[in-house]
Amino acid sequence: MTEFEINGQTVIVEDVDPHCTLLDWLRASGRTGAKEGCAEGECGACAVVFLSRDASGNPRAETVNSCLVSLADVAGRRVVSVEGVSGPLELHPIQQALVSSGGSQCGYCTPGFVMSLFSEYYRPGRAVCSRESVSGNLCRCTGYRPILSAAESLGAPAAGDPWLERLQGAPERLPSVELAERPAVCSRREAQFARPGSLGELLEILALHPDAVLVAGGTDLMVDVNQRGARHPLWVSIAAVSELCKVEWRADEVVLGAGISLSELERELEEPRRAAELAGLLELLPLFSSRLIRNRATIGGNLATASPIGDLAPVLLALGADLTLASDRGRRRVPLSSFFLDYRKTALAPSEIIASVHLQLPLPRIQRFYKLSKRPLDDISTVAAAFALDLTDDGRVERLRVAYGGIAATPLCANAVELAAVGQPWDDTTLAALLPVLDALGTPLSDHRGSASYRRSMMRRLLERFCAETFAAPPLARAHAAGAGDAP
Amino acid sequence: MKQVGRALSHESARGHVTGHAKYVDDLWPLVTGVVHLWPVNVPHAHARVLGIDTARALAAPGVLTVLTAADVPGENDIGPARRDEPLFPSEINFHSQAVAWVVAESEKEARAAAKLCEVQVEVLPAICSIREAIAAGSFLTEPERMARGDVPRALGRGPGRLSGEIFVGGQEHFYLETQAALASIDEAGALFVQSSTQHPSETQDVIGRVLGLPRHSVNVQCLRMGGAFGGKEVQANAWAALAALAAYRLLRPARLRLSREQDMLLTGKRHPFLGRFDVAFEADGRITGLELELFSDGGHCLDLSAPVLSRAMFHADNCYSIENMSVTGRVCRTHTVSNTAFRGFGGPQGMFMIEDIIDRVARRLRLPADVVRRRNFYREGDVSHYGQPIRDAERIERIWVQLGKTSGFEQRQRDVAAFNATSLQKKRGLAMTPVKFGISFTTAFFNQAGALVLIYRDGSVQVNHGGTEMGQGLHTKLWQIAADALGVTLDAVRIMPTRTDKVPNTSATAASSGSDLNGAAVLSACSTLKRRLLPVAAALLGSPEDEIVFEDGRVFARGQPDRALGFAAVVDAAYLQRVPLFASGYYRTPDLHFDKASGKGKPFHYFAYGAAASEVEIDGFTGQYTLRRVDILEDVGESLSPLIDLGQVEGGFIQGVGWLTTEELVWSAAGALQTKGASTYKLPSLAECPPEFRVDFLQRAAEPGVVLGSKAVGEPPLMLALSVREALREAVAAFGEPGQIVELSSPSTPEAVYWAIEAVRRAGAEAREPRAAQ
Repeated sequence: MTEFEINGQTVIVEDVDPHCTLLDWLRASGRTGAKEGCAEGECGACAVVFLSRDASGNPRAETVNSCLVSLADVAGRRVVSVEGVSGPLELHPIQQALVSSGGSQCGYCTPGFVMSLFSEYYRPGRAVCSRESVSGNLCRCTGYRPILSAAESLGAPAAGDPWLERLQGAPERLPSVELAERPAVCSRREAQFARPGSLGELLEILALHPDAVLVAGGTDLMVDVNQRGARHPLWVSIAAVSELCKVEWRADEVVLGAGISLSELERELEEPRRAAELAGLLELLPLFSSRLIRNRATIGGNLATASPIGDLAPVLLALGADLTLASDRGRRRVPLSSFFLDYRKTALAPSEIIASVHLQLPLPRIQRFYKLSKRPLDDISTVAAAFALDLTDDGRVERLRVAYGGIAATPLCANAVELAAVGQPWDDTTLAALLPVLDALGTPLSDHRGSASYRRSMMRRLLERFCAETFAAPPLARAHAAGAGDAP
Repeated sequence: MKQVGRALSHESARGHVTGHAKYVDDLWPLVTGVVHLWPVNVPHAHARVLGIDTARALAAPGVLTVLTAADVPGENDIGPARRDEPLFPSEINFHSQAVAWVVAESEKEARAAAKLCEVQVEVLPAICSIREAIAAGSFLTEPERMARGDVPRALGRGPGRLSGEIFVGGQEHFYLETQAALASIDEAGALFVQSSTQHPSETQDVIGRVLGLPRHSVNVQCLRMGGAFGGKEVQANAWAALAALAAYRLLRPARLRLSREQDMLLTGKRHPFLGRFDVAFEADGRITGLELELFSDGGHCLDLSAPVLSRAMFHADNCYSIENMSVTGRVCRTHTVSNTAFRGFGGPQGMFMIEDIIDRVARRLRLPADVVRRRNFYREGDVSHYGQPIRDAERIERIWVQLGKTSGFEQRQRDVAAFNATSLQKKRGLAMTPVKFGISFTTAFFNQAGALVLIYRDGSVQVNHGGTEMGQGLHTKLWQIAADALGVTLDAVRIMPTRTDKVPNTSATAASSGSDLNGAAVLSACSTLKRRLLPVAAALLGSPEDEIVFEDGRVFARGQPDRALGFAAVVDAAYLQRVPLFASGYYRTPDLHFDKASGKGKPFHYFAYGAAASEVEIDGFTGQYTLRRVDILEDVGESLSPLIDLGQVEGGFIQGVGWLTTEELVWSAAGALQTKGASTYKLPSLAECPPEFRVDFLQRAAEPGVVLGSKAVGEPPLMLALSVREALREAVAAFGEPGQIVELSSPSTPEAVYWAIEAVRRAGAEAREPRAAQ
């Protein structure tokens, strides 16, 4: 039995199969405002809002892709779909703004835009509505201009806005969901679902069921379920384990709970001192997929899927991160650089999870993240690169960490570059010596995102770009005549 | 108050923003007993089907049947122009083609069972590209030609001459609503099919053909579409026919909705084109001769490829008068999805070629491309290469000059040059390109439309017409036209869902012609009704007929609005006097003709004009770029609905930008689509919307002979996006030396731009140090 609230109404759904998405349920229940445009969290036509709370316990309206949420994981949540935004006669100010600006043409994507703007409209401390709030919504008709105009025209919520009070009703914490002993009689359910309420319980369940699939944000897992028909007999969600959602700023390190969402991480970095410390992450986060995905995707999830094109790994590798791995057998700390073993293979033992990410302070002073993709937002990297650099007072390299995504079967840490650079002056001569070192790092593949030769060229060019941006004196005319290895 | 010309929101905007607007696949949860279909795909580009073993699938939970060719009571073919498209094929002609369809109690069960169907095939060699097709002599059509002047002589005289090959890639429609249909069967054995289709009459025809039923027993309705862009002009038919077949076989409502992946695998796209050109030009940039050979990739069957190719040939001149010009074209047959209509319908590919050629000519002559463009413009009195006089040709120059001023083009050219002179790794480019787009279906008989307008005794009005609503605002425009024509308020008029039992034998809503054709038909029906109401009103008001005014739901004698009658009162009086309160309207575009054999005629009623100036900035390290500013001046005639037209211009432009930049279709060597979802196929996101985006309409531009002086606007703005591609080439050129030709692949992804930069850098280095390069 799964109980949750939709548009203020409590519903109980019996015998929920965790492979069923919230979107499927909404539509089958006649709430067809949310649409399936892609079933992989790219288009946002299925967006709904969770009334939830941030790490400090403040209520938030958070937009999510309902196609990537297991219905089982909706238990105890308060959901707002487009049908619940306004009353039967009056339009919400967001809806009115979209109507007036010509923000809908075919209208299929529109409910998703309404939900993204809804969350933005009630964002605490908002001055204007940011464009970025709709970065996870695709529109094929309007070209976005009227939608952005509508967003920019929105003022602050009116004093009597009923949502201001309703938002306060976000659940304090998610209830745990016990693992049912056995499927109900005549069950159509293919799988079991559990949502333990503490880390201890989580590790216990995993120890008993090493074949269980761990669900964090579900933004990768559910794509597999929707697109490739993946089936898992037992699902274990971390959503109710508060121990995994903490961020600690200690004197000598930052500890990021593996369960915190990327949006939560962005909020952590709103404080300027922290932002300066983690500048590389700050550059990455707006480029990481979209707001809708970042609201769900977690740090641990992005690392544990071990995709060679996951964007978090290059930055954390460049920052020299360590991981704490936990199981019922205890905890161990491993450097991230030894975590990725092969394509989608990690150092995680059976029943083991990532508990936290550790970054040693002080971090390198110069940090950069570059992402190459066909589209700057809401896209997957063709190549990603992260650089972290400290220079001595006389301009020599003290430490230099270089990491790439999209080059090899795993995220790649270019240790050889650091070895070759340390102690050298940070200038053109050193750069010229480093470039051949890169060539020995790996042989990229050709795929639909880019050719091997482009990827190989980009390993060099991104280092050159980093140098151009960080050399003390602006580089001389390095209108690099193309090298022999650069032909397509 | 006049409604036509008012900037109204979309007629369904409230439904859109509240989620209450219904699309085909929103309907089935409200219906009981619905069955669901899922395809059995065959993972080969070309194969003979030897047998299908459905036993395991039939035994799977929830499965009701597996539809195969044996289930078809009528004709197993859905080809719109040529019977070359079996609904259930015995030979697989593109990768993942569906050979059978599982019908089950739920979509999940149908999908699971589809994997259990075993298809035995004999794999055959496949042709997967235009070049392979040309080499193998694999074509769907005979060569077509349009020509004038003495091209060989002009090419021989030069003095400048260039030749080469240009390839332009396809484009996935990516309508947000994938293909969908819901079919049910009534007690008379007749079908009611709700379909997301641009062409309900043809969908009706195909269903009737497949089921062996007369058209009176098939009723097709389209409430609205969640985008179509040409992708539902003929390619909505198969899904509707399959749903209808399932309903017919099982006597239960049947639903078919393609998942995004299935939609991308099974439906056709914009045609890729290969062009071979040979061009001669004067030192001042004037093009004196052009030989252009076009090959389109039609995919495995004809579909609409023939008229798409014709339209590319009709538009290979764009706005340029080329005295000696020959265009030939042929549709290649490949083992890929059947490419189909897509906003612009070949026009974009034709214009792409000539704009690419003009830039080459300009660079070779070291002249600014905008100067060369202008030097070649059509002037008043000129005739196209297919013999049609260019009506309103002066508008090309007028638009060019006006946009040049409002966009500050010349000053910004200087600014860009100054920026590029001091910036090593970032270069900017600014380009302006024009568009001339012919309006009318080039198949003349499609240029007709019907309407049925009903007035009820309370003065409320239902408007039925043959056009479909896909977001383009057709219903909004017709709502405005009908309200004004009857002199009533908007809320007195309801635009009805498009149904084949209201207006028969309709044309597709396509070719930008929806409001031209259907607007004129609605206007005609309303005029008939008003003519009937006039004598009634005149008698009631005691004034002569020519003094009677119908306005905002009131009827009065001119100058006496205080003695007005309500529209409803006049209507009711007419009813009591036994005056018929419903009327049909009809329109056909006059004087269209084209002779294929001679390649001459007047295929278009008129031309829509426009121009755009776009500025980009490229990063020389990576090829990444941003669109900094876009200025557009579009000729929409007297706009029927300015907010709707603005949306068409902006949206069409960005869709064109997607085609030319981020949207890359990638196929494996075996012909399997690699970019089959939103995560791999990248349409523009909001980041592609330029921070400065200014759109104006040409003033004093009423178009005589078109409904209320308006002009078509659906397709022409898409081609304005060529300005972005040309701006990218300007910026790429800035990495090299003057005089170098810029070869830029399309779509111009960051990688494509990067290789173009590397090529001009290499050539530039060689130009600077000729000896070192030897």
